[in-house]
Formats: sequence, C-alpha cells, structure tokens
Amino acid sequence: MKLTIERAALLKGLAHIQSVVERRNTIPILANVLIDAGKDKVSLSATDMDLAIVESVAGQVAKAGTVTVPAHTLYDIVRKLPDGSQIGFETAGDKGQVTLRAGRSSFTLSALPAEDFPKMSGGELPHKFELAAGDLRNLIDRTRFAISLEETRYYLNGIYIHATQSSGVKVLRAVATDGHRLARMEMPLPAGAENIPGVILPRKTIMELRKLLDETQSAIQVALSDTRVRFAFDDAVLTSKLIDGTFPDYERVIPTGNDKVLEVDCKTFAEAVDRVATIATEKTRAVKLAVQRGQLTISATSPDAGSAIEEIEARYTGTAIEIGFNARYLLDIAQQIEGDGARFTMADAASPTVVQDAADQSALYVLMPMRV
Amino acid sequence: MSGEHDGGPPPGLCRDCLAPIEAGAEVDRCPRCGSARLLRHPEIADLTLAHIDCDAFYASIEKRDDPALADRPVIVGGGTRGVVSTACYIARRFGVHSAMPMFKALKACPQAVVIRPDMAKYAAASRQVRAIFAAATPLVEPVSLDEAYLDLSGTQAVHGRSAAAVLAGVARDVERHVGITVSIGLSWSKFLAKLASEMDKPRGFGVIGRAEATALLGPRPVRAIPGVGPKLDMRLAADGIRRIGDLQALGPEALRARYGTMGAWLAERAFGRDGRTVEPDHDARGISAETTFARDLEGVEPIAAELWPLCETVSRRLKKAGLAGRSVVLKLRRADFRLLTRRRTLAEPTQLAERIWETAHALLAGAVGTGRFRLVGVGLADLSDATTADTPDLFSQATESRAIEQAIDAVRAKFGDGAITRGRGFRPGSIRRAKTLR
Repeated sequence: MKLTIERAALLKGLAHIQSVVERRNTIPILANVLIDAGKDKVSLSATDMDLAIVESVAGQVAKAGTVTVPAHTLYDIVRKLPDGSQIGFETAGDKGQVTLRAGRSSFTLSALPAEDFPKMSGGELPHKFELAAGDLRNLIDRTRFAISLEETRYYLNGIYIHATQSSGVKVLRAVATDGHRLARMEMPLPAGAENIPGVILPRKTIMELRKLLDETQSAIQVALSDTRVRFAFDDAVLTSKLIDGTFPDYERVIPTGNDKVLEVDCKTFAEAVDRVATIATEKTRAVKLAVQRGQLTISATSPDAGSAIEEIEARYTGTAIEIGFNARYLLDIAQQIEGDGARFTMADAASPTVVQDAADQSALYVLMPMRV
Repeated sequence: MSGEHDGGPPPGLCRDCLAPIEAGAEVDRCPRCGSARLLRHPEIADLTLAHIDCDAFYASIEKRDDPALADRPVIVGGGTRGVVSTACYIARRFGVHSAMPMFKALKACPQAVVIRPDMAKYAAASRQVRAIFAAATPLVEPVSLDEAYLDLSGTQAVHGRSAAAVLAGVARDVERHVGITVSIGLSWSKFLAKLASEMDKPRGFGVIGRAEATALLGPRPVRAIPGVGPKLDMRLAADGIRRIGDLQALGPEALRARYGTMGAWLAERAFGRDGRTVEPDHDARGISAETTFARDLEGVEPIAAELWPLCETVSRRLKKAGLAGRSVVLKLRRADFRLLTRRRTLAEPTQLAERIWETAHALLAGAVGTGRFRLVGVGLADLSDATTADTPDLFSQATESRAIEQAIDAVRAKFGDGAITRGRGFRPGSIRRAKTLR
C-alpha cells in the first residue's frame, strides 16, 4: 500500500475516528484505525464493536491496499504535523509496519493485519428516511441532557426514537429521561419513517452523531432495523447497535390534568435560580419556588452556607403553592427554551411538573419535584 | 544507596533481635543474640514494599488453641461442603492442599485431624494481626483475612530502623501476641513482594531486589504472573512463549506490537514492574452483610435467593443509622476461596433494599459466569446522611419502593421480622413463624 493524503483532510477524518476508539482496549485491534486505500479514494474505519464509523478522505493512491495502525498515535502525529503537509503512507514488505512521511518527519508504526479488523454484522436495515441536519440536531439537543448515566437502568442510557401521533399529526419523537426529569421533542414525521420500530440510540452514538452534525448542512440518510441504525453523511457513515431493552411507558408519567399555570420570563428566571442556587446544599441543589398571584419567590437554605431569596415577576392566577426542584435540572431545561417565556404547569408539591416554551410546543419537559 | 559489595557478605539484620549486621561482616550467627536467623541482601536498606501471609492460617490457630495438635496433621474444612479450607504444613507433606475434596485429602492422609472452621475465631485473630500491621505503617491493604500488602516507604525515620527490620519486628510481634507465624516478602513492587513471600514458607522472609528481579523471573512459567490465566497461557504457548524469560527476550516493543496494550502489560510484569500501589481499605466505613452457604452454589438464581435477605439486612442497618450509600459492592467467594468483588456507583445515595437488590443483582448476573461459590456479601459504601437519598422518581420505582418499604418496616417493628416478607424472600417456614406471631 502506498498513498498520500493532505493533512487537513486526514485530520478531520481522524478526529471522528479517534473519538470512537476507546482509550483503553483489551482487544488490541480495536485501538487501531483501518486504512483502506482504493483506486483514488481512501477510507478510514474504527469501531468499538457497538459503534462503527467509516470516513472517506481524498487522497492519491499509488498502490492500493489495507492496513491498520494505532488510531490515537496516528491522530497525535497528524495533529502535530505542520498545516499543509502532504502525508505519505507506505507498508513495508511484511505488512507488520507502516512508514509515515511528511516533510522531514518520518514515523514507523506497528501495524496489525486488516483481515483481523472486526466488521459490523450486516443484515437488512429495512426502514429508510431522510432528516435535515438541523432537525436531527434539535431532536438530540433538546433531549440528551436528560439521558440517565445509571448503568442499572441501561434502557435509559440513550434517546428513545419512535413514530407516533401528537394531536392527530404524525410525528417523529425523541425522548430521554433519568427518572428525575424527562425531555420529549417532536417533529413532523419524515416520509419512510411511518413504520419504524421504537429504538433506543446509545449515548455514545448520540455524542458521535452530534459531532458529525456540527460539520454538515446537508440531509442525513437514516436507515434502521430493530437492532441497528445507520446514519449516512456526505463523507462519513456511522453504524451503531441499539440498546437492547424496553423504554418505559413514558406517556404515563406526563401529567395531563395539572391546573396551576405559571409563566415567567425564561432568562430572568434562569439567572435568579442560578444566583439563589449558590447557597443551595452541594448535594441536593434544592431550591424552593413559592408561587402566588403575579409573583414567584425563589429561595434556598443550607445549614452550612446560609440562605438566599429572590423575587421575580410572574403570571399566575391559581392558588398559592410551594414546590422544590433541583436547581441544576431547572437550569438545564431553561437552557433549552429559546423563546422569552417558560410555562410551568403544576399540580402540587409532590407531583410531576410540566415545563414548555410558552411559544413553541414541540418540546416538552417533565420535572419531578424534591422534598424541601 | 546499596549496590555491589565487592563480593563480601551483604548487609543485613537479625530476624530475632533485629540487630543490624554490617556489610562485609563474616558471621553465621547474630553477634548480639546468637540467633542463626540472619537476613542478608545487598538492597535490604532500599526495599519498602511487603506482602505478608499468615502460614496455614486457620490450621495454625487451631494448633495454637490445642497444643495436643502440634505434631499432628490438621485439616480445617469439611461440613456438607466437603473441601479442605486449610491444611497445616504436616498435612501438606502428604499432598493435602486447599480446595481439595475432603475424601481425597483423607485418602492421602487418613490420620489427619479434621476441624470444622470457626470463622469468628479466625476473624478475631485477623483483627489482632492487622492491628500489628497498622502499628508499622498506615498503608496496609488487606487482601483477605490472612494476607496483606504493606508499604513502608518513609517509615524509617519514624521507627528509627529499616523497613526490613520493622517487618522482622512485625513477624516477631505476631508470633508473640497472636501465636501464629507469618511469611514475609519484601521487594519493590506488589507482584514481586507476593512472589518473595511465597519463596520462603513457612516463617520465611524472602527478599527480591531490583538487580536480581529479571534473572529470578526468567525461568518461571508465564502463569506465575497474576492475571495470566489458562486462556492467555495457551495463546502465549502457541506463540512459543512459555517462560517469563521468553517475554523478557522479546522486549517491550515487540510485545506491544504483537499484543497491543496487553503486550505492554506483559512486558511490565516480565521485568517485575507493577504500577499498582498499596491502597488502604477505603470501605472500612461501609455497611455490609454476608453469608456463607450451607453448600457451594452455582448460577445466578440460587445465589440471588441468598442475596435478597442480605440486601434487606443492609437496608435495615442503613435506615436505623439514618444513612444512605452511593456505591453498591458485591462480594463473592469462589469454592476455592478466591475473592471476587464488583462495585457500582449509583446516581444518588440509597437506603432502599429494593434499589440495593436491583444493583447487586445486576452485578451478580455479570459476575457469576461458571463456577461454584461459597459466600456472597453485599455492602454499601460512600455513605452520607439519608436526607439526599432516594429522591422521587418519575417511574416511581424509588417512590413506590420507599412507600412499600416504610409499610413493611412498620409491620415488622410491630410484629417481628417474620411477620411480613416479599415474595422474593419467602421460604417455607417463614410463614409458619408469621402465623405463630398472630
């Protein structure tokens, strides 16, 4: 194998590759990137067995071939080479080593045979549809903060994507929850997605997907079965296993009968919560919202730090209520709301509260109160 | 610094009276007390990492408590399980060893005295031994009841003598105050310290210095490296690597190229290097419960049945103390006594039996695989007060569990523990107890 790649192109491809490759690997070849030099197209692949990425990079191939080299090492080398470098790769006779040359630098990397590189099992991906980059970004951004990190409830360690109806309109929905809060985002159902199974995208896949989405404006081709999903970009293809579990019946926990409606200016609210939370105990981050006609009082007390209180204007006409929340959760949600107004729909101090953008109903958040 | 000593005898000390022996001193016995138990090694002043192992621990304690057993072969073990827990050194001469089925052991050594294990007694002796270790250094990492690593670096100034002399003192104190003997290994890495303690058993003191490590490891089989199991051994053998010397000959680069990160790890061990440090027990303030089975168990479900009551016990203790824990620790002991622990940290502290169970059960399912086990234990670590524990959950597992457990706790407080139980903890017999309480 012999080829030349321009540094910037290689670096961009390797940046995606190296974040898929785990830092610690018990299986040596999983630490490697597979370089496949075709006629005048070069592809780079990496996998952690659950998630695989293939990047296409432009390059001049003098002699086709395949080889694998340590991904992080290669990334570090390419990162440190001067901008504009032309990087040459060449395998030695026995394929046990790869020589990399750029300008006056020369590196010899130990290689592992390309035949040993694991391939993601094939199988049909019967459901195919297209998503605009912006739409997919929104689905992820509005929900991913609520993903659970607790391994015991592994079926919550991702975003649940499914097709359903919302007030008579067919929608594609993304839902994530950690049991304390829930985030639900929806968009009009794209053609081809009518019969998709409900699937749970793993957290790591979402993080990698999100990085790729930052660099594109074009539409993404999505294909999935009930065990695997593939996202095809212009220059990259991400294939991932899905979480093998059942997402809980989340509709059940979204209250519909809450009657106490509070509206606040979202920015003012977030800033006040942030200030008051300075005092809240490190562990609970609990703040208390005391709501009465036209006014919201946010307060926190901690046996060590003291107390804080702040009043803000609010639209509220119901009976007075006091309810406690984790300040961090309030801020996470406030950050998702792009409009001016945030609407809280509450029942009582022990029942879930619904939060929405007052002007946009596509996203919905449910928040479990805390005992304060 | 030590190093070469021009061919003369290296420096050392007397293992009985702890008197130092100068380098070059041509003596066979201690000039001070006349003991022949001298320990000499060129690097003796520089080595500070030790592994200490009590010799035939259970059997030695039984012999201590019954002097009539002193000269007889003693086997601790038996019961319905029918395997040897510990054999004394006399019994070992007949080929008896730990984890051997009792009938085989008695065939090899029919005259042996068989004693049922008395764990409470051994645990008490273990506490005494650990107290003596703790007086030598705060950096004590217990591995089991009868085994620990000690890091004595920086203790010279405190004790006014070398680490080797302090360790000889530890051995002497254990003999005097606990009445059993220990074997000490002194070196510069955990791996070598353990190896050194095995070189000179019983009542031994093995030393492995930096200069000799490579030569000493060379002829040993690769299986001598802890972590090299049968599978890896076979794989290495297939590549023509049988002895540690074969690894040394290949060198770190070739090993890394061939086996990746594992190759790098093998290269470290092949030269005696072991980056692990001595970690004093952090879980000392956790709350835990464990049970030894009437007979060895295998598979998830039989062990899980033993696990549930332990979760309830731990939960009850937490609730009583007003505490909650964030890390669930599962402990398993294999039929051959090897210990297996698994730990998982939760998103928030808990004191609910249901959540402890959920987590411990998941850990159990991932840990048992094949094999037989004699003990299971569960504990909670990272304790904090219960106010931040088990916050309300949308999917109400925690919320409902909290309500259910409060109800169960209330019934038990009034009618006794047997009055109510979850289906999971139900055993024939428990219901009878409940009836009589009416």
